[in-house]
Amino acid sequence: MTGKVEVLAPGPFATVQDLGRSGYAAVGVGRSGAADRGALKLANRLVGNPETHAALEVTLGGLRMRTSEHATVAITGAAVPVRAGGRAMATHAPIVLRPGDELELGMAQQGLRSYVAVRGGFDVEPVLGARATDTLGRLGPPPLVAGMTLPVGRRVAGWPATDLAPQRQAFAEPVLRLRPGPRLEWFTGSALSTLTGGGYTVTSELDRVGVRFTGPALTRARTGELPPEAARPGALQVPPSGVPILFLADHPVTGGYPVAAVVAEADLDVAAQLRPGQRVRFTLRDRTRAG
Amino acid sequence: MTTVLRYGDSAVLVEVDDVLGLQAACEADPPAGLVELVPAARTLLVQFDPARTDVATISRALTDLSIVERPVGEADEVTLPVRYDGADLAEVAEASGLDVDEVVRRHSSTTYVAAFCGFAPGFAYLTGLDPALHLPRRSTPRTRVPAGAVAVAGEYTAVYPHPSPGGWHLLGHTDAPVWDVDRPRPNLLAPGTRVRFEVLG
Repeated sequence: MTGKVEVLAPGPFATVQDLGRSGYAAVGVGRSGAADRGALKLANRLVGNPETHAALEVTLGGLRMRTSEHATVAITGAAVPVRAGGRAMATHAPIVLRPGDELELGMAQQGLRSYVAVRGGFDVEPVLGARATDTLGRLGPPPLVAGMTLPVGRRVAGWPATDLAPQRQAFAEPVLRLRPGPRLEWFTGSALSTLTGGGYTVTSELDRVGVRFTGPALTRARTGELPPEAARPGALQVPPSGVPILFLADHPVTGGYPVAAVVAEADLDVAAQLRPGQRVRFTLRDRTRAG
Repeated sequence: MTTVLRYGDSAVLVEVDDVLGLQAACEADPPAGLVELVPAARTLLVQFDPARTDVATISRALTDLSIVERPVGEADEVTLPVRYDGADLAEVAEASGLDVDEVVRRHSSTTYVAAFCGFAPGFAYLTGLDPALHLPRRSTPRTRVPAGAVAVAGEYTAVYPHPSPGGWHLLGHTDAPVWDVDRPRPNLLAPGTRVRFEVLG
């Protein structure tokens, strides 16, 4: 028999996410999926799932859930206190829950998003081939609410092979590596040095679509409007205010503002863990390694 | 004439006169490592697998492609009933030097063509807007535009399929379901579809 998980409290914001949907961008559907893809894959591996299974993406913590059967879960991503059946547990390690055990995430101390995988995966109905919640596109399962029941699947990749995975080191001032963007020429020559000058702070206007900063404005060298063009995760899109917005997993498929620079794909998981008030440093990606 | 611009680690943005022609060419003869194509107004985004190709190789392959003439099929025509009661109607009239009735008349007397989708699922950019109604987007985007809002910006008009943030000027709204994920083809306004707006009382 297939188990299920009852959501007792979702915390400030929690969704079901997998690695997203591809092949629909031309009809306006973006990839979506876990904001921190590495953390989702790791959580799945820790419970013996294929990396592509759906898990919970929990923002800031606060999730409480209960399982109906024995279940193996793992929590990755943000550093968050965890209790299972009343006992303190480690993140980045498999946790065995007995029927009726409550799993409880406290508030994240570092990072923003935690991933809760269950052995077998959260088997919610896929939409356009994925179990990802696209908050901008309004696709996939709805955000979690108290009282919701989520089915647990049975397909697994093997047995959990690791007791404890290393946790990504968190920095007070994370560094995001940039490449020049496709529309860098729309800005004055100082744009990249402004971006890398160290003056940006994450605001509370931060969600799965993107991150807004406070900091120095870029100056346009070209006036006028950019015809809409496709956007990518990691794009630093510059609205008329001149202060860039960093696109995350649920970014719009096309955008209307010029993209001055693009965060390296390898740093997008770090970007997904930025917290309001945190300072961030942009550097130019090492050209010798850029290929 | 094509210009290829690098876009991060695994994509290039191609500026090309005939976007849909280049898209057809890529579909007919896909360059090695091609992952996904996203057409837009003047550009085609080409996403590639960096394990299988690189920027220089795929850029060469793209500039070597011959544009494919797209067959002009039997384009669907869709009529959307609209109540012209949008929050920006008076502002659009003032900015375009027309009165409100004339804005409505001009917006509803044209046949538009869906050129491409983007911004959100099912959000189709419709071309053919009367030049008098070409306006830059609002300087401050709204944090929430209701589903079904009929709006204009630049040379386009569109229907917002979902409630979302948006910087376009709202002329009215339609109850027509432009996006329904339970339909075999979720988007009503696929590229190439001809669209008319019909004034409701």
